[in-house]
Amino acid sequence: MTTILTCPFKKLPTTSKWALRFAVQTKTKKTLAKPNIRNVVVVDGVRTPFLLSGTSYKDLMPHDLARAALTGLLHRTSVPKEVVDYIIFGTVIQEVKTSNVAREAALGAGFSDKTPAHTVTMACISANQAMTTGVGLIASGQCDVIVAGGVELMSDIPIRHSRKMRKLMLDLNKAKSMGQRLSLISKFRLNFLAPELPAVAEFSTSETMGHSADRLAAAFAVSRLEQDEYALRSHSLAKKAQDEGLLSDVVPFRVPGKDTVTKDNGIRPSSLEQMAKLKPAFIKPYGTVTAANSSFLTDGASAMLIMAEEKALAMGYKPKAYLRDFMYVSQDPKDQLLLGPTYATPKVLEKAGLTMNDIDAFEFHEAFSGQILANFKAMDSDWFAENYMGRKTKVGLPPLEKFNNWGGSLSLGHPFGATGCRLVMAAANRLRKEGGQYGLVAACAAGGQPSMVVCAYNSSYSGG
Amino acid sequence: MKEKDLENERIGTEKGYICRNFTGSSALLTRTHINYGVKGDVAVVRINSPNSKVNTLSKELHSEFTEVMNEIWASDQIRSAVLISSKPGCFIAGADINMLSACKTLQEVTQLSQEAQRILEKLEKSPKPVVAAINGSCLGGGLELAISCQYRIATKDRKTVLGVPEVLLGALPGAGGTQRLPKMVGVPAALDMMLTGRNIRADRAKKMGLVDQLVEPLGPGLKPPEERTMEYLEEVAITFAKGLADKKISPKRNKGLVEKLTAYAMTIPFVRQQVYKKVEEKVRKQTKGLYPAPLKIIDVVKTGIEQGSDAGYLSESQKFGELVMTKESKALMGLYHGQVLCKKNKFGAPQKDVKHLAILGAGLMGAGIAQVSVDKGLKTILKDATLTGLDRGQQQVFKGLNDKVKKKALTSFERDSIFSNLTGQLDYQGFEKADMVIEAVFEDLSLKHRVLKEVEAVIPDHCIFASNTSALPISEIAAVSKRPEKVIGMHYFSPVDKMQLLEIITTEKTSRDTSASAVAVGLKQGKVIIVVKDGPGFYTTRCLAPMMSEVIRILQEGVDPKKLDSLTTSFGFPVGAATLVDEVGVDVAKHVAEDLGKVFGERFGGGNPELLTQMVSKGFLGRKSGKGFYIYQEGVKRKDLNSDMDSILASLKLPPKSEVSSDEDIQFRLVTRFVNEAVMCLQEGILATPAEGDIGAVFGLGFPPCLGGPFRFVDLYGAQTIVDRLKKYEAAYGKQFTPCQLLADHANSPNKKFYQ
Repeated sequence: MTTILTCPFKKLPTTSKWALRFAVQTKTKKTLAKPNIRNVVVVDGVRTPFLLSGTSYKDLMPHDLARAALTGLLHRTSVPKEVVDYIIFGTVIQEVKTSNVAREAALGAGFSDKTPAHTVTMACISANQAMTTGVGLIASGQCDVIVAGGVELMSDIPIRHSRKMRKLMLDLNKAKSMGQRLSLISKFRLNFLAPELPAVAEFSTSETMGHSADRLAAAFAVSRLEQDEYALRSHSLAKKAQDEGLLSDVVPFRVPGKDTVTKDNGIRPSSLEQMAKLKPAFIKPYGTVTAANSSFLTDGASAMLIMAEEKALAMGYKPKAYLRDFMYVSQDPKDQLLLGPTYATPKVLEKAGLTMNDIDAFEFHEAFSGQILANFKAMDSDWFAENYMGRKTKVGLPPLEKFNNWGGSLSLGHPFGATGCRLVMAAANRLRKEGGQYGLVAACAAGGQPSMVVCAYNSSYSGG
Repeated sequence: MKEKDLENERIGTEKGYICRNFTGSSALLTRTHINYGVKGDVAVVRINSPNSKVNTLSKELHSEFTEVMNEIWASDQIRSAVLISSKPGCFIAGADINMLSACKTLQEVTQLSQEAQRILEKLEKSPKPVVAAINGSCLGGGLELAISCQYRIATKDRKTVLGVPEVLLGALPGAGGTQRLPKMVGVPAALDMMLTGRNIRADRAKKMGLVDQLVEPLGPGLKPPEERTMEYLEEVAITFAKGLADKKISPKRNKGLVEKLTAYAMTIPFVRQQVYKKVEEKVRKQTKGLYPAPLKIIDVVKTGIEQGSDAGYLSESQKFGELVMTKESKALMGLYHGQVLCKKNKFGAPQKDVKHLAILGAGLMGAGIAQVSVDKGLKTILKDATLTGLDRGQQQVFKGLNDKVKKKALTSFERDSIFSNLTGQLDYQGFEKADMVIEAVFEDLSLKHRVLKEVEAVIPDHCIFASNTSALPISEIAAVSKRPEKVIGMHYFSPVDKMQLLEIITTEKTSRDTSASAVAVGLKQGKVIIVVKDGPGFYTTRCLAPMMSEVIRILQEGVDPKKLDSLTTSFGFPVGAATLVDEVGVDVAKHVAEDLGKVFGERFGGGNPELLTQMVSKGFLGRKSGKGFYIYQEGVKRKDLNSDMDSILASLKLPPKSEVSSDEDIQFRLVTRFVNEAVMCLQEGILATPAEGDIGAVFGLGFPPCLGGPFRFVDLYGAQTIVDRLKKYEAAYGKQFTPCQLLADHANSPNKKFYQ
């Protein structure tokens, strides 16, 4: 088995730096396979078009969107439903009626009712968590076939009664006599009716994400112009990828009662002049983060078929990628909330025995332009590496020509729970298209804990 | 010189980053307090008092500021300016108090005020907009300077506080503050600020209209957070300065509806008169006429509003001069200096930082100590003998923290995270890691001995054993210790989270490093610290005891507790004498009276301790038992006299001596005994310095702050006056009033002062 897997790496330069350094282990090195651990592969992955919230998906429920991604996956891979051992979905803002959205969606999408499903949450890296949970289940031999995905429907969010009102209503439920009921009702005050909204904010610091991003940009002295330029790049690249049909993970979604949605609707390349006119969205009036250089509220779902390699081959699949090492790190939720990629990148590369130079495709989650650029500055700073990461030298910059070449969350959109799978599929499809070897996926997340998956891709299956 | 060079370099390196047309001023090299550089068309004026952690408004700073501003106004290239401090954590902390203390005459002080007024008036009328960029404390004259600028931007940091604390020093804001503040934030808010001297945090200041913009402090970036935050503040201030110069930003603020209504109401003379009247009434009630500053502040504000600015400014400077010359102001400034002194560790840094603290006894004191320790990040074990005791203690700590959440001084998340520093337990688990153990068990020598031996069996060699006791001599506690050099006394005051004082007691054997460590922990807990020698009652309890003996005597002579309370509070004590006994606990008072009575004999006589004994036997222990001299009920504020006391008082009744029983005599009988004992402590070497004696008396025992403490009181009111009083009472009552030698010496040579 190993020989089949290792032989096709013809593109590998024989005298590359790491090849020399790891000469003794060249064989395992090439595949990043680990002895006694099963190889995990991505057979394929799909997503619904990502839409600005409040547009075509606005009347749906989250499990409807998730179901669309799942049926899309079934259709794309033709996987027999009974072979799926387990289904895992990520989501952030839960619809209370479908708190295990993975199960509700799977049942509706025609998966077997004998297939267990659970839902995970880890802020913007919830789908990453779904995937790595799947990797763990396969690697440990518990499962062979996993469906992992994520969903977020920001068009509808659970707005609650206030705690006081809820308490009153619950107490009323328990009240036994008319007298008790009346005395409870007499405690009612008008302010009980003030609703409670979920905020995109840290619980521990009460700071909203945008606010944190603006402070982060300021801490790294990232200018407004730099941020607008980066956002423009993201939109332009996404537009190009869309026009060239590169976003092949998108499956059309026939929205009940509406037209079929075929593509992402948040890609809007503008001009720097137009963008410069916008007012700061969070730190007013002098901040640098604006609507144009932030990711927008998005509805969308994604799903991915993950298998043990031998299972995939036995079933006759040509997988798209290996899922190799991954790493979760976390840091101060106040000041370093969005710096995850900087911390995780060197660690996961080290774990995999790779360097920045080995990576052919970088896919980083773009929460905000300012956040990406602050991470760049942190990665490029010896001072930061020494004082905050305990490293002797800087992490190093990912080369921009290999970075988010088909757009990113800024332009494609960011349905919190679903982005992780999009990142991995983008990396996989880019490697196949561009003929690369290794991809690196990174994201920042609330709570200050980003994730990272390294995918080593085996081009032998791509047919090229 | 070094500092200046650095400053030059800093401006130099920033040059490339933000602007191209940096022009150094030739005068840069000769100025020590203020520098400025030009970025584009904005002058950045940096304040940096040499050799100090804080910036203070001194004569030098004033003159350099004038020079710099004149250059800026004269320059064609400069269109606006930013005023910022180079010191992290401090914009300007206020006027230089030494400069005020050095003034000999009223005219000198008035002149200082008028000079400052002139400079700030010019600044207020500046044709080029000036933006104050505030990070850290912006107090007194610092705030007066800031509100004279056209615009204010402050960092939303905990360290950034604004306020006019002059009233706490017995003075008033003398650089135009009394005139500008009411215009800026409205009369009620301005009076509140000036009369309480309270610190206002940046976000509150923004709401009040005291600052125009907030800047969030930054986290780590390519530079240390603090440094980058200052830079960012400066960058933001520069953009606003430019915006103001270009008239793109208006310095005018949109007022809220409530504010508009208040402002409108204040235009009606009748409403204004009512406000003045109300505030005056309140001030009179609170100060009892003992503090002249608050009334003068109201007066000056009134003058400014009713008779116009010119009259207001004139009145401000004159009243400022008058106030600074008062005894009250001198007393309060003395206390300020004492406080600064008692916030330093005279033993230097300890060899090992205390990181793990263990507290024995989860009572009121133990839990209080735990509360002030965990919120400073000390890992703290709270050990008690019983689960109920432990529960109560932990609840007390939680409540203390939760109250801060309610006041928005903490977030609920911070509360939880702080509370996780506390471990409650019934055994000695984890004591092997403790760096310091503070015992706060019941005041009983044999119990303390047992605890000490138990603890010494489980703690590491370096661990310090501190005893929180109010009267038991530390050397007696240490007698059973295997390592007496590690034993020390740490006397906290109840309630620990509110009372600022910590009295540290060293024995002959206590090592210097142990003292250093205890002081370091106390400072970390936010205390002002006096270090005294061991002896019965140490310093604070020993001073209080004779006064308490006199309290009993006075009660025996038929003065009822309410009357006694009002006599003591009207003398300036924050709590009445009878109430104080109830608060401290009658049993504790009895304990102390007996112990010290045995040692000091006649000098602590006067009152019959039988009164306390009878109260204890009837269960009248004070507030904690619900009854003492007064009756205490949960949720009831009004205090009624405990009528069951009548029989006890009647049984011990003594005839009053008419020649020494006037209200004033009663007050002086109490206070002279206190003062006499304090001076005796200095004479015997219990106290190292008079300053510590004053701080201990005011912050621990509530000695009237307007008198500055027993030693300042003797200095300001004359040793002879006090000795005369003592002799008069001695003639009536006997030896307990005999003036001590040191006090007599001071009376005999009027040049002798405790404070030179």
